[in-house]
Amino acid sequence: MLLIACPWCGERDELEFHYGGQAHVAHPADPEALSDGEWAEYLFVRDNPKGPFAERWSHAAGCRRWFSVVRHTVTHRILAVQSNHPTAADGTKPVTA
Amino acid sequence: MTRSHRLPYGGRVDRSAPLRFTFDGVEYTGLRGDTLASALLANGVLDVAPSLYGRRPRGIATAGVEEPNALVQVDGPCSEPMRLATTVELYEGLAATGLCGLGRLDPTPDETVHDKMHIHTDVLVVGAGPAGLGAALTAGRSGARVVLVDDQPEPGGSLLAGRESIDGRPALDWVADARTELATQTDTRILTRSTAIGYHDHNYLLVAEHRTDHLGPHPVPGISRRRLWHIRARRVVLATGAHERPMVFAGNDLPGVMSAAAVRAYVNRYAVLPGRRAVVLTTNDHAYATALDLVAAGAQVAALVDTRPKPPADLVDRARGAGIEVVTGSAVVGTRCGTAVPPGDGGARIAAVRIAALDAEDAISGPIREVACDLLAVSGGWSPAVHLWSQSQGTTRYEDEQAAFVPAQAAQDVVSAGSARGVLDLAGCLGDGFAAGAAAAALAGFPAAAAPPPPCSGDRPPARPRPVWIVPGETGGPADWHDHYVDLQRDATVADVQRAIRAGMRSVEHIKRYTTIGTAHDQGKASGVSATGVIARLLGARSPGDVGTTTYRGPYVPTSFALLAGRERGALFDPVRTTSVQPWHVDHGAVFENVGQWKRPRYYPRPGESMAAAVERECRAAREGVAVMDAGTLGKIDVIGPDAGEFLNRVYTNAFAKLAVGSARYGVMCRADGMVLDDGVTLRLADDHFITTTTTGNAAAVLDWLEEWLQTEWPELRVRLTSVTEQWATVAVVGPRSRGVVAALAPDLDVSNDAFPFMTARRTRLASGVEARICRISFSGELAFEINVASWYGLATWESVIRAGEPLDITPYGTETMHVLRAEKGYPIIGQDTDGTVTPQDLGMEWIVSQRKQFIGRRSFRRADTARGDRRQLVGLLPVDPAVLLPEGAQLVADAEVSPPAKALGHVTSSYRSAALGRTFALALVTGGRNRLGETVYAPLPGGVIAATITDAVLYDPKGTRRDG
Repeated sequence: MLLIACPWCGERDELEFHYGGQAHVAHPADPEALSDGEWAEYLFVRDNPKGPFAERWSHAAGCRRWFSVVRHTVTHRILAVQSNHPTAADGTKPVTA
Repeated sequence: MTRSHRLPYGGRVDRSAPLRFTFDGVEYTGLRGDTLASALLANGVLDVAPSLYGRRPRGIATAGVEEPNALVQVDGPCSEPMRLATTVELYEGLAATGLCGLGRLDPTPDETVHDKMHIHTDVLVVGAGPAGLGAALTAGRSGARVVLVDDQPEPGGSLLAGRESIDGRPALDWVADARTELATQTDTRILTRSTAIGYHDHNYLLVAEHRTDHLGPHPVPGISRRRLWHIRARRVVLATGAHERPMVFAGNDLPGVMSAAAVRAYVNRYAVLPGRRAVVLTTNDHAYATALDLVAAGAQVAALVDTRPKPPADLVDRARGAGIEVVTGSAVVGTRCGTAVPPGDGGARIAAVRIAALDAEDAISGPIREVACDLLAVSGGWSPAVHLWSQSQGTTRYEDEQAAFVPAQAAQDVVSAGSARGVLDLAGCLGDGFAAGAAAAALAGFPAAAAPPPPCSGDRPPARPRPVWIVPGETGGPADWHDHYVDLQRDATVADVQRAIRAGMRSVEHIKRYTTIGTAHDQGKASGVSATGVIARLLGARSPGDVGTTTYRGPYVPTSFALLAGRERGALFDPVRTTSVQPWHVDHGAVFENVGQWKRPRYYPRPGESMAAAVERECRAAREGVAVMDAGTLGKIDVIGPDAGEFLNRVYTNAFAKLAVGSARYGVMCRADGMVLDDGVTLRLADDHFITTTTTGNAAAVLDWLEEWLQTEWPELRVRLTSVTEQWATVAVVGPRSRGVVAALAPDLDVSNDAFPFMTARRTRLASGVEARICRISFSGELAFEINVASWYGLATWESVIRAGEPLDITPYGTETMHVLRAEKGYPIIGQDTDGTVTPQDLGMEWIVSQRKQFIGRRSFRRADTARGDRRQLVGLLPVDPAVLLPEGAQLVADAEVSPPAKALGHVTSSYRSAALGRTFALALVTGGRNRLGETVYAPLPGGVIAATITDAVLYDPKGTRRDG
């Protein structure tokens, strides 16, 4: 069971969180301008790397905040945690993967 | 019965505490401190049960968790199968029977309590042998929180079985001092009889503690039988020791063939002599101690056979000095079976070994000599117990010097120490443990002063072993070697491995599955690396390292489901949610159904009334008079903030921004792929305050969904979401006569249709004085009111509705009637009539999909797949025989005469008997359904084919004339 450092609540068991898939996949600003292929890319296509992976988690059974994590998909080691919210606790590091 | 094999002195057994027990119905006596296996051996009983497939006699082969043979079923109020005689502690009255590979599940409910503990620690040390004790001592001295777990009743590990000295004293005196010191450390916890069974992500380990099993099978008041510890550790030290490997030679499965280390444990720890005339077979230094200890205990050692041409001279000299014949460069190439000595003690056991010299290629190179014996102590080398290490995703590498797989690259914050990483001498293990403990504490933030380990004697670093992975048979080749056993529990032999290889298999994982090697209860603990060696030899591989091992999976030892379940069984299996009206429902005989975690009344049968009759009566009341339902389980979310209207506009397919204060609107929300996620009615209470309702079972998921979009896509929107499901009680008053009931309840409210139109809400004070919000919302098509009050007043308000409705024979109804009423109107239930592949258009709700604004999923409606005309669409079905009820889930086809494979047109999603329609009906998703109105489809079912006519989904009051009363 992963131990995830929620930017607001600190380290908690994975049980308290919901997984949100790959991070930094923004909803297209103007979906209507996209081709079917481009829209399908947004809907269905995600990275699946062996190694560091930026992904989203929500502290569903806690503060309900969404944040990003860089996790190594082989060792599950968490390399960075970042909130995109200005009021997050200090000490969160920028997410790069 | 005789205790013929008990030594007169020594051991960790309590001679003042004799314990009576029975095995296979025969009564014996053992001592406190015995395992079932040592007590049986003390009584001269060696064979526990025949093998699973070959029915060959099999004896106790080890003294621990790696035991492949000695499976037993332990009697008790609820008997337990698949225990190992080598790990069952003896108690007064123990009764067990031998199992040949298969246990019997006892159907009796297990009344003993199992529970769980969750703890955090700085340093977790697994194993309390010399390395583990050393690690715990140094880590504990640093002030770190330390947990030390060990599967034995007392710490000591291999020291319990040996005769070494530490600090000039017997090693077990040092163990006792160490335990005393650990007990004085305030933040150190020792868990004995506790096996680490799983090593999961981020240093999360599961430890199974057996708390009362050694006292007997009955519940002990005030203490759980077993406890599952969930331990999160900053650093882990794995001091799990090593397993001695068996060797593969002809007839290596006879009772009396035993691990040399186990023989030593039985002699020294349990004061039991497993045989009187032994032969020792070894590839390494360790079995010399076994031979010497056997002689010291009064047994005869007829020969010590060492595969190495030149074993260390000092060891050979000591053995010869004890009168032991040392045969070098040789191996046991066969065994001969006899009956037990003295006769009558049991079945078959080894009577002699056949010894021959081996050349450098492991081929027999000399004459064969037979030596009589009743015990063969075998050491095929040592395999570090890397099971937990491997579970932690750490890698291993093959070390030629040691002929063993040892830990290589760690994947988590863990180190191995002592023999668990291939350090096989006592001084090395102590030093390794002391260093590992100090390092672990320091890395956890507790710098520790490095203390030197105490000096020790009686042991030294071993010389290089000479593994012989397959001792050749006297005749034939590997394909003929049907009694060279590789896995005793699976009766798998060298011939079986050869057959797998001839079938084309090369990977150890494939060969494992083809031969079933390593798949029994012991998961090949002792024999797994031997199997790798056999495969390497047969493949002609350079070394076992080129073959590798199979994956080590948890749990490390067999674990009962009762322990995994803990207290989460029966009523505590899952939390139960009830509304404030629950006591009334119970008092009035409601039959409940589970909706998610909620208990909801399904119907309220009168005495003797069937479900069908009750539902028909409840439906009739709602359609013709007045009925009442507890709707408090509906999910409710407060959406508050200046941008709340804009937020809902983006989430729902229809518009909410301009909804008037005091009005309500039905909405559907979709995922980005355009599939329906949820539906419900949203009410605007103020410019910046909406309350939105969700499907009962979907409330948490919808809240998550809304938060996701609010936080990750639209953080600029000033909106806050709050779950208020539990804060509001909701009473639905339904039916053409409901208006009078509400008027009586809310005397200040003008309930006329003009003053209080459909889809509006009013705040009022009820006659009871309770503040209420009343909405005109209908999920039945009838005139209906939903009365919302604070949950505190839910029960009182419900009761006041019942009283006010009494003159009109108000009828409480449950979810079954609710479903019939809504289905008659063609209202879908998200999750029942939809399955995540259904768009609003598929449900016939084009009208709710805005063409003028953006919302989640809109773009998807232009995708080719969502726009095609032959999607499955929601329609009604009328069985041709109006008395026949279609089963929900039934597949539909176009022809009455159908033979597989047939293309399904769709399936039934909801199906009921309707009092209002006077017949059965159903809802279904049917390919291109709305273009098939009037067509007949068929449901082929085991009892025959049911024909039904496709209709519009709305079967009752399609013009909507009844909603205003």
